[in-house]
Amino acid sequence: MKRLLLTALLAASVATTALVPPSAFADSKEQYVPLPTYRVGPYASSGTLWWAGTLDYFRYINEVEGGVNGVKLKVEEFETEWSPDRTVEVYERVKNGKDGAPVAFFFTHGTPASYALIEKGAADKIPLIDPAGGRTESTDGTVFPYAFPLLFNYFSQASVGINYIAQKEGGFDKLKGKKIVTVYHDSAYGRETQAAVELLAKKYGFENYQIPVADPGNEQSPQWRQVREIKPDWVFLRTWGVSTPVAIKTAQRFGIPADHIIGDVWAGSEADVIPAGAAAKGYQALAPYPGGASFEIHDRLRKTILDTGKSDLKDKKFFGAVYYNIGLINAVLAVEALRAGQAKFGNKPLNGEEGRWGFEHLTIDDARLKQIGFYGLLQPIKLTPSDHEGGGAARIQQWDGEKWVLVTDWIQADRDTLRPLIEAKSAAYAKEHNITPRSPTAEN
Amino acid sequence: MSQTLSNPPLVSRGVAPVTRLAPVALPGPRLGLGLPALLLLAFGVVPQLGGEYWLGAILVPFLILSLAGLGLNLLTGYAGQTSLGSGGFMAVGAFATFGFVVHGGLPLPLAIFLAGLVTAGAGLVFGLPSDRIKGFYLMVSSLAAQFFFEWLFQKFPWFYNYGSSGTITLPRLELFGFDIGSAQGRYYVTLSTVVLLTWIAVSLTRSQIGRNWMAVRDMDTAAAVIGIPVYRSKVVAFAVSSFYLGIAGALWAFLYLGSASVQSFGISRSFQVLFIIIIGGMGSIAGNFIGAAFISLLPLAIDHIAQGFFAGHVDAGLLQNIQKAIFGLLIIGFLIKEPDGLARLLRTLGERLSNWPLRF
Repeated sequence: MKRLLLTALLAASVATTALVPPSAFADSKEQYVPLPTYRVGPYASSGTLWWAGTLDYFRYINEVEGGVNGVKLKVEEFETEWSPDRTVEVYERVKNGKDGAPVAFFFTHGTPASYALIEKGAADKIPLIDPAGGRTESTDGTVFPYAFPLLFNYFSQASVGINYIAQKEGGFDKLKGKKIVTVYHDSAYGRETQAAVELLAKKYGFENYQIPVADPGNEQSPQWRQVREIKPDWVFLRTWGVSTPVAIKTAQRFGIPADHIIGDVWAGSEADVIPAGAAAKGYQALAPYPGGASFEIHDRLRKTILDTGKSDLKDKKFFGAVYYNIGLINAVLAVEALRAGQAKFGNKPLNGEEGRWGFEHLTIDDARLKQIGFYGLLQPIKLTPSDHEGGGAARIQQWDGEKWVLVTDWIQADRDTLRPLIEAKSAAYAKEHNITPRSPTAEN
Repeated sequence: MSQTLSNPPLVSRGVAPVTRLAPVALPGPRLGLGLPALLLLAFGVVPQLGGEYWLGAILVPFLILSLAGLGLNLLTGYAGQTSLGSGGFMAVGAFATFGFVVHGGLPLPLAIFLAGLVTAGAGLVFGLPSDRIKGFYLMVSSLAAQFFFEWLFQKFPWFYNYGSSGTITLPRLELFGFDIGSAQGRYYVTLSTVVLLTWIAVSLTRSQIGRNWMAVRDMDTAAAVIGIPVYRSKVVAFAVSSFYLGIAGALWAFLYLGSASVQSFGISRSFQVLFIIIIGGMGSIAGNFIGAAFISLLPLAIDHIAQGFFAGHVDAGLLQNIQKAIFGLLIIGFLIKEPDGLARLLRTLGERLSNWPLRF
C-alpha cells in the first residue's frame, strides 16, 4: 500500500513538473484576456451565445480596429461548467498573465464565483468584473477595491422593477397598499434583492411578499397557488434557467396575466420565453442588455465579422439575441475600461492595478456611445472609486410572441435610497475582515 | 481487504502460530523507505518546486477530495454501507466551522475539529435507518440527508450569519498566530491534516472496529452470528465517515475556495466523491488518492493539453465536449480493465514488475 501511495504521488509529481506553465516574460505587446466560460453543462445554451458576442466584439477590435489603441487582445477560454470551484482554478492559472501579456481584469461570469474570488482578487490586485451580478455591497469600492458589480447591481434591479411598476400605476403615491409578489430562485442570486425590496416597501407603502422556488424549479404549482391567493397587483419574477418558462406557464394556469409579471435581467432572454409558448406573450423584463440586432454596432459587426465568416456564432439567427448582446456589452465595457486606463498609463498592456484604475475612471456618455455604435443598447455609465456600479438603469422589453420589443427608455434605479443599505453591508464586511476603507480622494 | 496470493504466509513473519484459527493481530505494516520518502517529497520537495498555482489550485483540492473519498470509503468500501449524502455532510462541516468561528469566536483548528464532531453526530442520525434498510434503499435515504442539509443551510439565515446571499466567508486565515492565507500555508495545513487523518484511518481499518466493518460488509448475517454488533458497527461507520467528510468540507470551503455556499456541496459533489472511490478502489486507502487524482487532475491535464495543441484550430465548444467524451471513455476503459479500481490495477502492475523475469 505504501508503495502504491508512493507511485501515485510520484506520478502526480511527474505530471506536475511536465505541466508547469512557462514562467512569464516581461514586455509583451498584448493584453491577456482570460475568459472562464461554460459551453458544457446545464447553462451551456445561454453561455454559447454569450461567448459568441464577447468573442465577436474582441475579434472586431483586434482585426478591424487593430487592437485597443494598437494593443491586441489575446483572448483565451477556459471551461468551467458554471462551477465556482473550476473558476477559482482558472483564476489561479491565469492571474499572472501568459507569455508576458498581463491580466488587467477577470470576468467571473457568475455570482458564486465572484463571491469565491473576492478576497483573492483583492490580494492579487486583479479586478473582478461581474456585470449585472456580483456581490451587491462590493459596489462600495472603498471597501472592495477590486470587485466590480458593474452596470446594474441586484439592488438596482429591484429598484428599477419597482420604479417601472410605479410608472405603470401612475406615480409612486399609487403604490400604497398595492400587493407586489417576488417569486425568486432560492439561491444567492435570488435572495440578493430582498433587503432592497423590503426597504422600498417601507418607503412606498406597498405590501411585499417573497415566495421562493427551489432549484431547479420545474414544478411550481404550490408557489403559484400561493400567488393566486394573495391576488397580487404585480409579480416580480426573479428566476433563472428552466424555472423561468415554467413560472410563466404555471402563472397562466393560475390566471395571473403575463403582462403583470416583470422578469428580472436573468429571466429576460429568448431562452426564457420561447419554451413558455403563447403564455409568455405580453411578459415584460428588465433589459440592461436589450435584445435586437438593429443597433449601429450590429451593422458594423454584420459587415466585418458575421458576413466574413469570422463570427463565433454557429447559427446566425441568434445574432442580436439577448445573450449575444450581453456578450457584446460586457466586451465593450472591458475595452472602454482599457482605453480609460491607457489614457493615464500609456498605450500598452495594463496590469491589474492599472486595469482597476481604468475601470474606476470609466466614463461612457451618449456621444461616446454613438461613436462606438452602442447607443440605445448600452446605458451611459460613469464609475468612480467609490461607485463600482456606475449605471443602474435598464430599459423594459416586452415579448410580443416572436421577439422582444423595447417599450421604455432607460429607467434609472433609485440609487440614493439604496446606497445607505449598501454602505451598511460593506461596513459590516470591513469590520469582519479588518479592512480600513480607503479614501479615494487621497489617492490619484 | 483480501489477502493476495503473493503475500507470504503469516507464519513466516513469526506473528501468529499456524495452530491459531484466526490471527489475533494483523501483520505490522512493512515500514520500508517508501513512506518516509513520500512524506519528505510531500512536505519538503513539492512546496519548493510547485508554484502558487500548483499548490493552491491543484494540490490543495486534490488532497481535500482525497480526504472526502477516504471518508466515504470507510463507510462504503470498508463497512459496505452505500451513501449519496457526502456533499451534504461536507456542507455540515463547512457551515459548522463557520458557525463556531463567527458565533462562537473559536480559533480555526478547534472550530474545524468540533465541526467534524458535529458532522459525525449528523452522520450518526442519518445512519440510524441502516438498521432496517440496505443497499440501494439506504442510498436513497442518504440522498435525503443531501437534500435536507442543502435546504437547511439555505432556509435559516443564522447559518450564514444573515448575509444577503447565503455565502459563508471567513476573515483572514490564521493558525497559532501565523498567516496561512498563502498557497504554501494552505498546502501545509491541508497536507498535515490529511496525513494525520489518513494515518488514523489506516489504524482504524486494522483495528477491531475496522475488522468488524469488513465482516459486516462481507456478510452481515454471518457477522451477527459470530457476535459482531452489526448495528453498532454500521452506525459507528456512519459517524466516522461523516467526521472525515465534515473536515473535508471545512477545508474545501475555507482553505481552497475561501468562501462557500450550499451550491458548492450539491448532489454533484456527492457523485464526485462516489466516483473517486469507485474509480480509485473500494476498500483501499491509497485508492482514494489515486481516484481523487484521476477525477480532479485528469480533466485539467486534458484541458492543458487541448489548450496547448488545439486552441484556435478547433471550435471551443466542440473541444470542451470532446474533452468530456475522452474523460468518460477513460473511466469506462479503466473500469472494464479493472472493476476493483485503479488501486488494484496499479498493485497488479507492481506485482508483475517485482517478479523477475517480467511477464506481461
